[in-house]
Amino acid sequence: MTRAPDLASSYDLVVVGGGPAGLAAAALAARAGVSTVLFDENPGIGGQIYRGITSTPIKDRAVLGEDYWAGTALAAEATASGATIVNGATVWSLDPSRQVGVAIAGQVRMIQAQRVIVATGSLERPFPIPGWTLPGVMTAGAAQTVLKAQGLVPGGRTLLAGCGPLLWLLAAQLLRAGAAIEAILETTPRGNWLRALPHLPDFLLSPYWSKGLALLREVKGKVPVIPIERLAARGEDRLQEVDYVSHGKEHRRRADLLLLHQGVVPNVNLANAAGAVHRWNERQLCFEPVLDVDFTSTVSGIAVAGDGAGIAGGTAAAERGRLAAIAAVRALKPAVSVPDPQSVRQRLQREELGRGFLDTLYRPADAFRLPEGETIACRCEEVTSGQIRGMAAIGCEGPNQMKAFLRCGMGPCQGRLCGLTVTELIAAERRTRPGEVGYYRLRPPVKPITLAELASLPISEAERKAVER
Amino acid sequence: MARTADVIVIGGGLHGCSTALHLALRGLKTIVVEKDYAGRHASGVNAGGVRQLARDIAEIPLSISSMAIWEHIEELVGDDCGFASHGTVLVAESEVEFAGFRARVDDLRLKGFTHEELIGEAELRRLVPAVSDYCPGGIVSRRDGAADPFRTTQAFRKRAIEKGAQVLEGVAVTAIARAGGGWRVETSDGPIEAPRVVNAAGAWADRIAAMLGEPVPLEVIAPMLMVTSRLPAFIEPVVILRGRKLSFKQLDNGTVVIGGGHRARPLRDQNRTVLDWGKLAVSARTVWELFPVMRAATIVRAWAGIEARMPDEIPVVGPSVTSEGVYHQFGFSAHGFQLGPGAGAMMAELIATGATNVPIDGLGIGRFAARP
Repeated sequence: MTRAPDLASSYDLVVVGGGPAGLAAAALAARAGVSTVLFDENPGIGGQIYRGITSTPIKDRAVLGEDYWAGTALAAEATASGATIVNGATVWSLDPSRQVGVAIAGQVRMIQAQRVIVATGSLERPFPIPGWTLPGVMTAGAAQTVLKAQGLVPGGRTLLAGCGPLLWLLAAQLLRAGAAIEAILETTPRGNWLRALPHLPDFLLSPYWSKGLALLREVKGKVPVIPIERLAARGEDRLQEVDYVSHGKEHRRRADLLLLHQGVVPNVNLANAAGAVHRWNERQLCFEPVLDVDFTSTVSGIAVAGDGAGIAGGTAAAERGRLAAIAAVRALKPAVSVPDPQSVRQRLQREELGRGFLDTLYRPADAFRLPEGETIACRCEEVTSGQIRGMAAIGCEGPNQMKAFLRCGMGPCQGRLCGLTVTELIAAERRTRPGEVGYYRLRPPVKPITLAELASLPISEAERKAVER
Repeated sequence: MARTADVIVIGGGLHGCSTALHLALRGLKTIVVEKDYAGRHASGVNAGGVRQLARDIAEIPLSISSMAIWEHIEELVGDDCGFASHGTVLVAESEVEFAGFRARVDDLRLKGFTHEELIGEAELRRLVPAVSDYCPGGIVSRRDGAADPFRTTQAFRKRAIEKGAQVLEGVAVTAIARAGGGWRVETSDGPIEAPRVVNAAGAWADRIAAMLGEPVPLEVIAPMLMVTSRLPAFIEPVVILRGRKLSFKQLDNGTVVIGGGHRARPLRDQNRTVLDWGKLAVSARTVWELFPVMRAATIVRAWAGIEARMPDEIPVVGPSVTSEGVYHQFGFSAHGFQLGPGAGAMMAELIATGATNVPIDGLGIGRFAARP
């Protein structure tokens, strides 16, 4: 186990995140002789997609599927590469001069990097429906985390609701592991099929379509799928019932567990806090960093790879990690030979081919992104959608002013659970585009640290004197 | 055609908005020109301390006049600005420091100021039970308090507009020139002409002063702050230190704001700052020692607001010495929030009547004029 005092004060390359992008990047760079450290927040490497790849108690390969076990090779490659891999390491700060703040087992260090590859992946898109804060309502991703890490399967009356390729994957994984899912409440708007049609030819060329079709068949063979237009969770102290509208008719079902999912969006917090410019992606309905062909951001020496650069899936993430690492090696050690980026780019393009279809088909409906009235938008500070709409209507033009007026986005999650909702609500009320409204200016620490941890940062005598004038 | 006004106020921070409100209340047509939005920088993100305590003698009269406005702030702006008065306590960390405090309070009494009161160990513990037991005493200013900085700035902005001032946001000043007997201010939204101009441009005030032919030595600074997650209520007054840099207050919602003057690196032209975690760690250690109850607290966010510091750490307030019709109101050197309401009232009085009852000797820009 690497501890904070074992770290050097500087590395050629700091990789943040141990998912496919981070593992591929660290492996390639370390093998080229670049001094590389990979910080990963979880107890083991793998990220979300390959969570628990070296430790999961689920040994039946069919449960999590062959795409999951593809992570084994990536993990082995990184482990053998010579990169220093530190698990349980939370990166909480990154600044434009590439100082990386990291917390490991209660100790904090500032590490200077020549290059940084941010591979912090994606987050589940907020799914703000009435009652989504009740115990018994959780994200499908959280259920998948527990399944992969602990092998636990939900019991009781379980409903899945939402849309997106990962919803079907999780349904299949849960069913194979023995979970009883009573129904899937499908939120994909019917009109999306027509809009997605022009993207179908590309999709048919991508690796996704045959896998996707097989998954759909598998799940639909076992669980009723109900198309819905509205959704609400009800209960006193915990979830008791789920209300939904299907084909214009209202329904109510008893439920113990409601798993929500409507796609994933880039986790932009670290790159945003470092000052990287982000832009609105209208097709994926999220912000993404502005990047060059090597995935370098607008901040010199800081790259963003993987789903954090825009959602494209695990295989694409690894290729993006390699491209960012090749650029880093070329900048740091021009004499060392690296793989030809052109061939990596070709593989990446093939992986990205199916996105147009998936993004258009699974674009979540307004009803599930733009909540109203008493529905909570910011969970940390308990700010309702109605409050945000009201403030926008009387002139609050952006999320940063909204923070100051309502405290939304100022809790410990740093806007991860409300950022997109707040931006889209302001845009809707002010009849403008989310790109015009912008996103929260995020302040470090992007993950909370304790006062005791910060106090543990070694301070040189000179520094102490300099600040105690 | 240039827009015209009686007064152009450059800068939409608390000071600019306060001056605009008080000018509007006196019936003067006022236009505020703000390059970002009101309260975007230090005015909106400072520590919120409303403090008369531990001020330079030259600004105490202005501070006291401002306090009188703070105590009736809702009557002026229609919002309580989150102002709560639980006093400010300056804690002595050693007997030597305490002796110095005693000398300061005695000196202030001789000059007629009674707002600072020396307190011994017992009263310190009563006011701040959580403070570490090595501290021998301190000074309290009982009428002091704290307010919500962004809300305050917005309240002044809103009321100024209601009273007839115009606030142009996202509009930058590009040049200033004499025009007739007054001034022509070129902006990104067209020219504006007025006989009088107020320079309340904060960290950018040196550029405005230079355009007006009156350069000043201004340092751009970015004092850092951090805030914790919610804790059970354990402290009412604002606590400050002098030997080590610290300001410390718990808000009504339970979060604790930690500041005190350690500085980030300002990037003035990018509207950004780069935090210095080495110095924030020094703050964390100071809090660790002073308030053991805080050790497990979680730091949720750290930030810095860009503002101006003058070499002598007191502001530039009053008329220009070289140009008629020009007034300065900047350089508050990390303690301007409390002064905002009073400085605006004083400035409006000065502009409207040619004189003010608040002594501002020692704060004039003339102290930086090049000596022959």
